[in-house]
Amino acid sequence: MSAKAISEADGKAIVNYHLTRAPVIKPSPLPKPTKHNPAPRLASLYFPEDADVNDVLNQAEVTYPWLLQSDANWPEAKAWVAERAGKSQKVEHTEGVLRQFLVEPFVPHPSGTEYYININSVRDGDWILFTDEGGVDVGDVDAKAKKLLVPVDLSEYPSNEEIASALLEKVPKGVHNVLIDFITRLYAVYVDCQFTYLEINPLVVIPNEEGTSADVHFLDLAAKLDQTADFECGAKWAIARSPANLGIAAVSSAGDKVSVDAGPPIEFPAPFGRELSKEEAYIAEMDAKTGASLKLTVLNGSGRIWTLVAGGGASVVYADAIASAGFADELANYGEYSGAPTESQTYYYARTVLDLMLRAPMAPEGKVLFIGGGIANFTNVASTFKGVIRALREYAKQLNEHNVQIWVRRAGPNWQEGLKNMKAATQELGLNAHVFGPDMHVSGIVPLALIPGRWEQNTVQEFQG
Amino acid sequence: MTAATPNGASGASLSANDKITRFSAPSRPLSPLPAHALFNNKTRCFVYGLQNRAVQGMLDFDFICKRSTPSVAGIIYTFGGQFVSKMYWGTSETLLPVYQETSKAIAKHPDVDVVVNFASSRSVYSSTMELMQYPQIRTIAIIAEGVPERRAREIAHVARKKGVTIIGPATVGGIKPGSFKIGNTGGMMDNIVASKLYRKGSVAYVSKSGGMSNELNNVISNNTDGVYEGVAIGGDRYPGTTFIDHLLRFQQDPECKILVLLGEVGGVEEYKVIDAVKQGVITKPIVAWAIGTCASMFKTEVQFGHAGSFANSQLETAAMKNKTMKEAGIFVPETFEDMPALLKSVYDKLVQEKTIVPAAEPVVPKIPMDYSWAQELGLIRKPAAFISTISDDRGQELLYAGMPISDVFRENIGIGGVMSLLWFRRRLPDYATKFLEMVLMLTADHGPAVSGAMNTIITTRAGKDLISSLVAGLLTIGSRFGGALDGAAEEFSKAADNGLSPRDFVDTMRKQNKLIPGIGHRIKSRNNPDLRVELVKEYVLANFPSHKLLDYALAVESVTTSKKDNLILNVDGCVAVCFVDLMRSCGAFSLEEAEDYMKMGVLNGLFVLGRSIGLIAHYLDQKRLRTSLYRHPWDDITYLLPTLATTGPAATRRLSKAQQISVDVGAATPRGRDKRYDDPLLVVSHGLEAWQIDYEVLTDAVTTELAAIERYLATAVGI
Repeated sequence: MSAKAISEADGKAIVNYHLTRAPVIKPSPLPKPTKHNPAPRLASLYFPEDADVNDVLNQAEVTYPWLLQSDANWPEAKAWVAERAGKSQKVEHTEGVLRQFLVEPFVPHPSGTEYYININSVRDGDWILFTDEGGVDVGDVDAKAKKLLVPVDLSEYPSNEEIASALLEKVPKGVHNVLIDFITRLYAVYVDCQFTYLEINPLVVIPNEEGTSADVHFLDLAAKLDQTADFECGAKWAIARSPANLGIAAVSSAGDKVSVDAGPPIEFPAPFGRELSKEEAYIAEMDAKTGASLKLTVLNGSGRIWTLVAGGGASVVYADAIASAGFADELANYGEYSGAPTESQTYYYARTVLDLMLRAPMAPEGKVLFIGGGIANFTNVASTFKGVIRALREYAKQLNEHNVQIWVRRAGPNWQEGLKNMKAATQELGLNAHVFGPDMHVSGIVPLALIPGRWEQNTVQEFQG
Repeated sequence: MTAATPNGASGASLSANDKITRFSAPSRPLSPLPAHALFNNKTRCFVYGLQNRAVQGMLDFDFICKRSTPSVAGIIYTFGGQFVSKMYWGTSETLLPVYQETSKAIAKHPDVDVVVNFASSRSVYSSTMELMQYPQIRTIAIIAEGVPERRAREIAHVARKKGVTIIGPATVGGIKPGSFKIGNTGGMMDNIVASKLYRKGSVAYVSKSGGMSNELNNVISNNTDGVYEGVAIGGDRYPGTTFIDHLLRFQQDPECKILVLLGEVGGVEEYKVIDAVKQGVITKPIVAWAIGTCASMFKTEVQFGHAGSFANSQLETAAMKNKTMKEAGIFVPETFEDMPALLKSVYDKLVQEKTIVPAAEPVVPKIPMDYSWAQELGLIRKPAAFISTISDDRGQELLYAGMPISDVFRENIGIGGVMSLLWFRRRLPDYATKFLEMVLMLTADHGPAVSGAMNTIITTRAGKDLISSLVAGLLTIGSRFGGALDGAAEEFSKAADNGLSPRDFVDTMRKQNKLIPGIGHRIKSRNNPDLRVELVKEYVLANFPSHKLLDYALAVESVTTSKKDNLILNVDGCVAVCFVDLMRSCGAFSLEEAEDYMKMGVLNGLFVLGRSIGLIAHYLDQKRLRTSLYRHPWDDITYLLPTLATTGPAATRRLSKAQQISVDVGAATPRGRDKRYDDPLLVVSHGLEAWQIDYEVLTDAVTTELAAIERYLATAVGI
């Protein structure tokens, strides 16, 4: 769904491959390049949890032979990586394990050739931000970068002069043409491959003597792609990252697997410090395979408040209500199921949540489970609840051992039947449960369950069946 | 305008056609709506995509709102093939046209200005762009989730240029009580009735989420005089229209008194509303809340269910939005749970000021419940026209007699196991299923010369398809071809059950001039045993707990072979008696059940199933060989025609005379030359039917004899 960050190596590969291929929106001042970029040198190293660091590094030397060339400072880099791979690292507030490394050849460049460029999308178009003071200490870009809004309607694309005057005011005239050419091509890639965010810093541009072309290096790159555009751009994302275009020999084991496109399907890594747990990955996989929507994020595995909420909106409302009742730290998960999942999908989803909840140590004051949801438009409540009930049955004993309070609120098609079954099942299983229908506010059960004294004041009748 | 014109004669003879209400197309476009309104109770729309359930929901809504015409004028479905779609209109039915091309739909319905677009995320861009080329389309609701952001922005851009209102993407739509409902908005009919959406109130809302919009319907109907209009703009980052677009419309609409805004973390659209309030553009009271206040309290970033719900800056957080809205004078509750009470207080104040005068409640019209839904709720029952007790494809997994298909493979029960599940609705022991498989393998083929294979081959050579050729062969199976199995099982078990000794049985059959089915082989004999029979015998003797009938048949064989060496228990007979033994002894069937299955002809089923393998093989073989149409040579047919010299009645007389001639082969041929005729192997009666003697028993000797019969017949009939 939506805009998702990709790894730097993938971003560089896509830009490198499509820079000369993506159709430019208006001709650039330079003639069309006669040859395509050579394959980039991107040694992308991934260290899985159970892998031996040295094995990965040795394999890298096979996959990327250029690492062993005499001018490459590989032994030093290797030692540097080996020291950090698989180690925990704190970046600002987030702590995560370093698993992904990117090794590239060093690009020596004279001072004054480092630029900064950023393209990002807003409702009316795409902003191009540019400054000639790129580099690690770029500072407050919003304040100092020159900006140009390219409208959504590409027939209104700015002319080369407009680009120059809007962005390149502070840049020596001599490199205007090569920079306009690069910006034109980069923007073409941005559009053609449906990026939603692309930032290069520093961008190193070393023009040749005549200023007719330039060596362009993107030293550091961050990008997001629109995942929903996969059906339009999947092939373009894939081909740029095919072994042939990365200049590496195809790994034999991967060769047996037939990909949809000419290269491997794009990967959207989890944000740093937010590696998907086994359960989250399982739900994400289920989500990808069905038309229904199934989401699970574990916020705090040892938290004592768990949610099993239907609906993208309602699930947020529940999280809000729990947070505003003062229990943000105790909230264990965010998740939702919606879009008419089948009974067995709901069962597996509920099971996963219950399993996580009951795996965590018991809490002295017990745990709380919200089986919530709004008034469904077309999801059959009775049938999705059947799946939830099946999971509750399976874990009934442990639910009582962990002293779990269950609070239910749901409505929509066939809600009476759904709530009746839920009520009957929880009574039969001896679970501590409260069941409400549409008379209760969507998240009204949250304060009742969490804030002392509220339950006594409650006037809304429980569902009677 | 276009009134319903009930069609068909009244009276006693009510046909299905009489139940259909037809709505004629209007003669002229409707008078334009005011700029602030998207829908009224005359609004007509197209539904793009085959969404019968949603369309029915819209028609039901129209009906209980007492609209005179359905809101859906037609369905556009480019994959087409269908010309009308039958829908309910109240208790009667109506036909909605289905168009394969947008241009045709537009030309036919000049009164339509709304499209509910159910196209998928892949095709919604092109279909929406196409729809926007027609100036009569003023509003398009895009339901699909997962529309690429660039495409959504392009749609929004073109729509803005052309003045088209886009609702969505990724939305359930919106609703204007008493007038118009987009797709699935508002849920099922019971919810629409519960939230009083069949008549208008004074509160208009706009939200992102479709699910939450239904929640708002509930909150508003519980605390005020009801919903005036509600729009869910969709959860994507770039919705076609945003909060401010709709709130400005509501501000201009004199019938709308209170505005409700349900915002969300992510994006900055709420600030446009704040600006409008600050500048005095919006003067009506707004009750608002932005959901997602929890986001800033989490340590890690969380992508919520909606694509657009992600804060990129402090400004986009829900907490900041709520704070700023409150400062601008918008009614913002402390928590979302407090929103109903706050809304009620705002409403009560307006009622007090007489700004709102609650209208009298109309009677709620009844809407008949859909049969399928009533059934799902367990409200009704009806006798089923069909019953199936063997397989069920309705659940998560296909079931064979209750066994999930995954278990069928996990336990590797084989074809025999599947047959036992589907034919007998039970698991049979492994030795039994293996026996079934053995039978299939043994009966799979018996060469090209047998009549079934011949028919298949000839049909194939006539250029027919696989099924025709296979069926041509299968239709040959009956009491003579392949039927020996059934016959043998019947005769042997009857004899054994009646306590007839094997010798008595043979004698009885002899006396009745009947062949013993399952005894005798053209070539094989006691000294030259049929290996197929040996295999079956060996297997059954080793594995079956009881094999009484096989023992009996072997005793019969010893009697018949003493008369003639080749009167052995043949493969048909052996399979048949062993099968009876299986049914009787494996413990899975009662005696009655076993009898029943035999009477149903289950043995024939075994033969049909097994031989189909061979018949298909012959079909493929002939196709592979590219054989041409077969024509039987004349010289292989004896032509016996009546002489035409004598006309009509005389010829008839002759034929009927021929039919009456009874030929006893024993009598026609010198007795004792071949011992064969001591046994009831070949009994010819009723003259001309002699030509149908089973080819398999026609040894050379018999052929000679037949020539004699021919001569005899020729003399007797006088040809």
